[in-house]
Amino acid sequence: MNLMEYQGKELFKRAGIPVPRSGHAVDAHQVADYIEKTVGEWVVKAQVLMGGRGKAGKIKFANTADEGRSVATDILATPMPPNRQNPKGEPINSLLVEEKLPIAKEAYCAITIDRTAKKPVIMVSRFGGMDIEEVAEKHPDSIAKFYVDTAIGYSPFIGRELAFESELDAGYRKQLPSIVGALYDLFFRYGAKLVEINPLVLTTDGKVYASDAKVELDDDALFRNPEFAEWQKHLPLDEDEQLASKAGLGIRNFRRFDGNVGTMANGAGLAMATMDAVTNAGGKIANFLDVGGGANAERVRNCYELVVNNTGAKAFFINIFGGITRGDEVAKGIVQAMEETSSRKIPLVIRLTGTNEEEGRRILAKAGMTPVETMDEGAKRAVELAK
Amino acid sequence: MSIFLDKNSKVIVQGITGAEGSYHTDRMVKYGTHVVGGVTPGKGGQKTPQGLPVFDTVKDAVEATGATHTCIFVPPPFAADALYEAYEAGITFAVCITEGVPVHDMLKVVGTTPGMRIIGPNCPGLVSPGKASIGIMPGHVFTPGKVGLISRSGTLTYEVVDLLTRAGIGQSTCIGIGGDPIIGTTFVDCLREFKNDPETTAVVVCGEIGGSDEEDAAAFISRHMPETPIVGFIGGRNAPPGKSLGHAGAIISGNFGTPQSKIAAFKAAGVPVADRPSDIPRLLAERLAVTV
Repeated sequence: MNLMEYQGKELFKRAGIPVPRSGHAVDAHQVADYIEKTVGEWVVKAQVLMGGRGKAGKIKFANTADEGRSVATDILATPMPPNRQNPKGEPINSLLVEEKLPIAKEAYCAITIDRTAKKPVIMVSRFGGMDIEEVAEKHPDSIAKFYVDTAIGYSPFIGRELAFESELDAGYRKQLPSIVGALYDLFFRYGAKLVEINPLVLTTDGKVYASDAKVELDDDALFRNPEFAEWQKHLPLDEDEQLASKAGLGIRNFRRFDGNVGTMANGAGLAMATMDAVTNAGGKIANFLDVGGGANAERVRNCYELVVNNTGAKAFFINIFGGITRGDEVAKGIVQAMEETSSRKIPLVIRLTGTNEEEGRRILAKAGMTPVETMDEGAKRAVELAK
Repeated sequence: MSIFLDKNSKVIVQGITGAEGSYHTDRMVKYGTHVVGGVTPGKGGQKTPQGLPVFDTVKDAVEATGATHTCIFVPPPFAADALYEAYEAGITFAVCITEGVPVHDMLKVVGTTPGMRIIGPNCPGLVSPGKASIGIMPGHVFTPGKVGLISRSGTLTYEVVDLLTRAGIGQSTCIGIGGDPIIGTTFVDCLREFKNDPETTAVVVCGEIGGSDEEDAAAFISRHMPETPIVGFIGGRNAPPGKSLGHAGAIISGNFGTPQSKIAAFKAAGVPVADRPSDIPRLLAERLAVTV
């Protein structure tokens, strides 16, 4: 779960990371209202998850209530335009009105999880305000890293070391250890996979602020912080994730593409291999679907409907290698789906092997269906049928 | 021979009286695994349908049975606790089947349990064919032999094992290491063991998109196992960036975790990469023929 800037900054505030004064607004009227009541110079920022707001004209300055109303109207008038990472763009539903900082320097600070080291890694760079991937490419040596021993946790020397190693402006030195410490606390307390401050601003009067906030929370840890369920309601909904949870699947188990061969398999690895098999056979995949372990007939039926009703599939390849999943249950689900569903009918190719495959084949045979023997054969046939 | 697990390994099951725990305990026992008991707090003194003793704590189970291996079937919020309990009781090999364990829990566990080998979480376990099985893999597809197999996925492992078995290629040990970002045992850890196992003569590495475990494996192979016949596979070549497919760890972010980088790393290490699982037995046979 990725948080919006204003939500991330709420967590920053709780952790004691200095952030500029700000107000969250859902329309131009609220923006004007806030500026009217609070003296200062302001930045109005679109609240979206995708990057590139500045370039898209979705961050604007305002000094008076009238200016605030006008730039807010402007920003809200159109959604975020698409880019390479987000081909659909993103609607803008709210704004953050934030005090304009007198910027002297911009730096970068983040904590994430290093899979190889199996440790949290803290990263600091003197190049802030730009994409960290770009910094990694152009100035790879500028990113100072520290791998935290989880048995010890954070200690201020880490922040000092990082400040010197990254050659941050001396103005940051005194404040960095406590800011990184607060960021580390937040990272652990809320079960984050990424916390990022970019830019970390040093003002002309020598203060340090988190001027942006990027927080990605671990979905598997959300049960520890029930309040985030409420926050999630304010996040843009991913249609695929919604469809998956409605069908009783995990949110990661279903994903649509624009091809015409529907796929379903048990287990993520086999489901990915099934997609690859369809592509190898010259087809275009309509979706990824992992039906999960131990699926019963009902879940199989729901998954069938999920694919048939929500993708452009013209043929459907179901590839099951039973371990915990039982072949007879899968076969029952398929037969039920074919007999009872009001969904449109598309040609079906079934591969069913592993636990209880004999019984599964009997059930399918009774309904006039014959499974194929291998994954490659099934993929090939489904691609032909989709033509 | 085999790695990690053989006929004599004494295994307990944490969560042995739960639905999953009891079903898979039965399958493990039938496969020939030396299961010596299990743990469910509050049910100490009872017996399972197979006549295995149930204990209240891992400590009691270890004291009474001398178990060294554990298989953990507990819900995600309690998985880290179960691993710590096993560690404190002196267990040296833990398989965590549980899916959905918070990643920070695993960060803490792997950083604070030196000396205990953890497989998983979110994994199907491991099988040393003809000897023993810990976890949830279907025993009937395996056949004893000399090829080691490591995979981030469960069902894909069954698929590949089935293909190997049908091609007459037996396996020494097959390990599903798990699909999460933080796992106890990586490809490299398994390769190191296979390298030291005189009876494992070849290895299949089934990777997928996300992370850099495959690249690390390739680097290890070219440095330490250049002579060993090894075949690779990468699942998820057609996945879009930025979205996890099923496994939390199967995600391409930016230029990291792409199939291209993994395939290139394997090829640079002299490891042929199968375009599809059904090519694995042929590539392996070719590599074996070359080195024989």
